[in-house]
Amino acid sequence: MTHISVHSALQASLNAPYSDLVTRRTGAAVRTVIEHQLAGLADGTVAFLDFSRIGVLDRSCADEFVAKLMLPLTNDHPSRDGYVVFHGVNEMHLETIEAVLHTHGLALVVQFPDGAAHLVGAVTDLERRLWELVMREGCCAAETLAASVGVTPEEARAQLDGLARRRLLRRDDDAFAPLGAAA
Amino acid sequence: MTDVISVPASLDEQSFESVIEQLAPLAPDAKVLVDARHCRFATPYGLTALLCLAQSRAEKADFAPPEDDQVASYWARSSFFRYAEELYTMRGATPRPRASGDSDVLLEVTPVAKSEDVHAIVGRIQEKATQILTSKLDLEPRATMGFAMTLSEACSNIIEHAGRGGWVMVQRYNWGKRRVGRDVVQIAVCDAGIGFRASLESSRARALADRWDDAIALESGVIQGVSRLQDPGRGQGLKGIRGYVHRFDGKLTVRSGTARIAPIIPEWDEDLPRQDALPAFAGTQLQVIIPKRLARP
Repeated sequence: MTHISVHSALQASLNAPYSDLVTRRTGAAVRTVIEHQLAGLADGTVAFLDFSRIGVLDRSCADEFVAKLMLPLTNDHPSRDGYVVFHGVNEMHLETIEAVLHTHGLALVVQFPDGAAHLVGAVTDLERRLWELVMREGCCAAETLAASVGVTPEEARAQLDGLARRRLLRRDDDAFAPLGAAA
Repeated sequence: MTDVISVPASLDEQSFESVIEQLAPLAPDAKVLVDARHCRFATPYGLTALLCLAQSRAEKADFAPPEDDQVASYWARSSFFRYAEELYTMRGATPRPRASGDSDVLLEVTPVAKSEDVHAIVGRIQEKATQILTSKLDLEPRATMGFAMTLSEACSNIIEHAGRGGWVMVQRYNWGKRRVGRDVVQIAVCDAGIGFRASLESSRARALADRWDDAIALESGVIQGVSRLQDPGRGQGLKGIRGYVHRFDGKLTVRSGTARIAPIIPEWDEDLPRQDALPAFAGTQLQVIIPKRLARP
């Protein structure tokens, strides 16, 4: 697990004392800095991206930063074997992030100030129920969870595989586990 | 020969149309004098659009400033002359801006040409406007963030799509005697760039359209979120603006080329959703009006 300050990345990328994530150019610059930091992490690391010192986050910037950061991690051939959890987002950040995630069919894990982790973005009800079960129970096999959500073990496994492929859960042999301390 | 363009006594979004009507028959390189001597009131839209007018002329235009000292002083405090003096040949003295403690100007006329400008604008509006937005308009602190987002998205569109720099200004008004009956904040973001139609010329919407004109281009861009770029994440900025304006019972109007649309018309106002075949004017002019929040029953 590692901690990355989005505020520091913003200031480093623009070489200026800004606290707002606005404009596509800024989003692309911050993404580049953070991608560089993520590339230096060991495989399987959960990176906590800390938004706590960020002021305004507009949709154009969020699309350029958040969506384009997540897309290469979650496709069939991910750019790296790592995980990202957002942390320190306020209500307005969350609204903006959710909007861009839905546009791209993406989802991610957000850890709220009380420590609770939430799944935000484009997920089905079944995916959310399974994800929440894993968060509550810890490392689980698909067969253990299937009955709780009223689906076959095969269906539960397919859904959980999808969540793991989207980097929202972690695979642990035949079981599925929460991301790092987000559990 | 110089053609005189008369600026109306009250210059706002609607009355600026009379300025455009006077300009429309003239060749782009015709010499014009923009005569604002008898102007007594100007909104952010009026002031920023006057700067766009200057940018749109091939031959540098002349400008006669308001004769009324108080009006001229307000224009100076709003930083209008600071930029007008670069774009126009001034015919007459302009006052130097003096600090007045005028807290109704939330953001003076400010150029928008590069990404750093948007950061500065968002920073300044948060620094200066948060107290006014919360105390005078009863907006929640969270709404002031939405206000800043609206500004940043509108200004970003100039940088991304207009092809030349533009202008932004924000002002609070007491509209107690108007139909809305409460305080409002007006945002004007105007440019004299290529406009929606040219920007979307290479878009899929253009390729699929049976008819293609300024009004269709405006509706494609503002309402349907079409962008000239194929990236599926594009078009979210205007969507965000529409969402914010709607949520806070505001009004949004956008003019480009020969068309003007009002995609969000609140109950407290009347307007035409779409106007075609207006006299042509360069670029895109956007206005947002956010009223004071009504107490919940």
